[in-house]
Amino acid sequence: MMTPQTEADLAEIIAGAAGPLQVQGGGTRPIGVPVEGELLQTGGMSGIDLYEPGALTLVVKAGTPLAEVEAALDAEGQRLPFEPMDHRVLLGTSGEPTVGGMAAANVSGPRRIQAGACRDFMLGVRFVDGMGRVLKNGGRVMKNVTGYDLVKLMAGSYGTLGVLSEVSFKVLPKPETAATIRVAGLSDERAVAAMAAALGSPFDVSGAAHLPQGPEGAALTMIRVEGFEKSVAYRAEQLKSRLSAFGEVAVDTGAEKIAADWKRLRDVEAFAGQPGDVWRISVKPSDAPTLGAALKAEGLIYDWGGGLVWALVGAGRDIRPALAGIGGHATLVRASEETRKTIPVFQPEPGPVAALSQGVRAKFDPRGILNPGLMG
Amino acid sequence: MDMPQPNASVLASKSLLVKRLQQVLPTDAVIHEEAETRAYECDALTAYRCPPLAAVLPANTEEVAAVMKICHDMGVPVVPRGAGTSLAGGSLPTADSVILGVSRMNEVLETDYENRFIRVQTGRTNLSVTGAVEENDFFYAPDPSSQLACAIAGNVGMNSGGAHCLKYGVTTNNLMGVTMVLMDGTVVELGGAHVDAGGLDLLGVVCGSEGQLGVVTEATLRILHKPEGARPVLMGFDSNEVAGQCVSDIIKAGVLPVAIEFMDRPVIRATEAFAGAGYPDCESLLIVEVEGSEEEIAEQLDKILAIARSHNPVELRESTNADESARIWLGRKSAFGAMGQINDYMCLDGTIPVNQLPYVLRRIGEMSQQYGLGVGNVFHAGDGNMHPLILFDANKPGDLELCERFGADILKLCVEVGGCLTGEHGVGIEKRDLMVDQFDPDDLDIQMAVKDVFDPDWLLNPAKVFPLAASEARRMAAE
Repeated sequence: MMTPQTEADLAEIIAGAAGPLQVQGGGTRPIGVPVEGELLQTGGMSGIDLYEPGALTLVVKAGTPLAEVEAALDAEGQRLPFEPMDHRVLLGTSGEPTVGGMAAANVSGPRRIQAGACRDFMLGVRFVDGMGRVLKNGGRVMKNVTGYDLVKLMAGSYGTLGVLSEVSFKVLPKPETAATIRVAGLSDERAVAAMAAALGSPFDVSGAAHLPQGPEGAALTMIRVEGFEKSVAYRAEQLKSRLSAFGEVAVDTGAEKIAADWKRLRDVEAFAGQPGDVWRISVKPSDAPTLGAALKAEGLIYDWGGGLVWALVGAGRDIRPALAGIGGHATLVRASEETRKTIPVFQPEPGPVAALSQGVRAKFDPRGILNPGLMG
Repeated sequence: MDMPQPNASVLASKSLLVKRLQQVLPTDAVIHEEAETRAYECDALTAYRCPPLAAVLPANTEEVAAVMKICHDMGVPVVPRGAGTSLAGGSLPTADSVILGVSRMNEVLETDYENRFIRVQTGRTNLSVTGAVEENDFFYAPDPSSQLACAIAGNVGMNSGGAHCLKYGVTTNNLMGVTMVLMDGTVVELGGAHVDAGGLDLLGVVCGSEGQLGVVTEATLRILHKPEGARPVLMGFDSNEVAGQCVSDIIKAGVLPVAIEFMDRPVIRATEAFAGAGYPDCESLLIVEVEGSEEEIAEQLDKILAIARSHNPVELRESTNADESARIWLGRKSAFGAMGQINDYMCLDGTIPVNQLPYVLRRIGEMSQQYGLGVGNVFHAGDGNMHPLILFDANKPGDLELCERFGADILKLCVEVGGCLTGEHGVGIEKRDLMVDQFDPDDLDIQMAVKDVFDPDWLLNPAKVFPLAASEARRMAAE
């Protein structure tokens, strides 16, 4: 195992690598086709380089534990707005998630629907490409169109284009308070319609999820609003009255319960320890109920107003046929190594798009040594 | 500003090219007479002009693909053009290029309120995207100041921003998918009505690639419900430092205004003379706008006003009705026109870390003295995107060059303090040669390597974004 302590170390290791490398942050998100190769762990490159709360910017080394970053932000009343999921419970992993791993997997949570994804808050990256070159793109300012946006390309590239050494983020203030508006007992279709009504309102909804099997057994639809106290109270009331057309509505205002409910959703805890594979499917929200029915899943969770479907299905079953004619993409997030070697983990792309992706990979990593084959 | 020598064999093939283009497009969609191609000789960076070999105005993706195939086949460079409002020369032609204008492609293809998106042809103007959904109280958030004229194609090409992006983000944060034609005529779909990429985020790199990777013909854009209301507050300060600190304190306090606009004394005076908005005569002025219901607006403004008061403003003007709100915005909205009344000006677009604002403004003032050219500052302060306006006299020999050198120095200063050359206008030809001040050769090489994948022959808008010396080997290899 190799553990570079600096970006220069990292460059030297990659430039001198004789064979494939398995790139890892904290090792808590083993998503993708299993990779054969020497383990390269980024945890040695750790620390916050710059944090300016008044400019909403944070620059951090890629191997920094996410917990350390969140604590630093919390101390200033700020946060990573995209609410990154913690995969440990779902995937049964241990260790410390790192900033680089989160960025490389473009990990977002329920607030993605309002605030944007991890990629939307990444302002800049430094990374080492497959030839051992230290490269940078973007920066640490909020508006930047200087040259191509390779930051987006690095987000969600799972270490196949380069190994991140530093990432800068836009951060946002933590809201004063939050409320969850709950509707019980809705069918998937009615729930998606209710969520669309909430998301299409002027009330700045920061979470919209539907659990066909809620914690108490019955279906539960949850809408979240966040902000200053009076504003949250006002919006919760408005949404309550709008949603009453769909069913019985209640409003939660207890901070702890709200945080716990959305964390459980964010981390897909309902599928933790349950037998079967877990798929993550991004679709047009109104297609979600049709897809949900076609999946014949053991369990379903709808987030992002229906735009994100989590499905628990029998081990080794390819669900992609159910997606045909619907559009969107599916990722096999949890399955045995065997299954991940036979069913494509990432959505296969149409020929011309696949050729572009392959071409980009060949430019960034001509020797094919960075997590080779991980994305298919 | 240098441009590559036109390719003589391409120039010589004009009549064959025109004939082939006419076979795939209606006659009036192929413009080739010299008197008519002149209409496409420049964009809003009018200091540089060159009529193209021809211009084409296709009406849909298929026609674009047919044009691209022919140009690819004949080795003719293609320069995509939205509405021609680029301030960076993004659609400046070369004599051997075909301008591909998207102005005839302005249809709304699909409007979906339930899923909150609209799909349009990219020749549609930014404002008319909002226009298509506002009867249902929805809007498209990115609002570049040229939004009345600028096309979505250009917005995607330059990753355009606007005054309200502090809250809503820029184009890339609101773009869900595109239909794009590659240089060889291949049509690809990236993204769509769902969010995030299933593989590599190619959409993310296409947005802001200045028309160098493909011609974007259709775009799926996120639309949002309008807020219940919005209200600005105006504050005047007697120093830029204090105004800058106030911006920082507002952001830190957890209030996220939709806009924080900044104007300095030269701009305040010019707009007063031009529009008479009744602004105080002070060193710097902020306009801060918040959104929501009446109660929510009041709650946010209370916090903002308290912060402003702690910085001893020389003026603090609240609005109690739509008229007063309009008056607060009046000067800001007429700022560019007002500066234009005084002089010719060059508008810069560097971005800096917000806390560097006072230092950078002071340095710009000092440089203004050194160069002997006036400068006004009006910009989006919340996100550090500056727009210094350098005043010069276009009729005075040497003044434009002096102004360009001054501008380059300001942009280098932006980079020096941790910022960048361009926040929302793009590199085009204007900042092409400054790229080496922000990027190392390898940083540029990896960007150009992306273009190698999408456009191996370097035919699409080839002389933009990268310094000519840096891209020369690639452009030559393809010829």
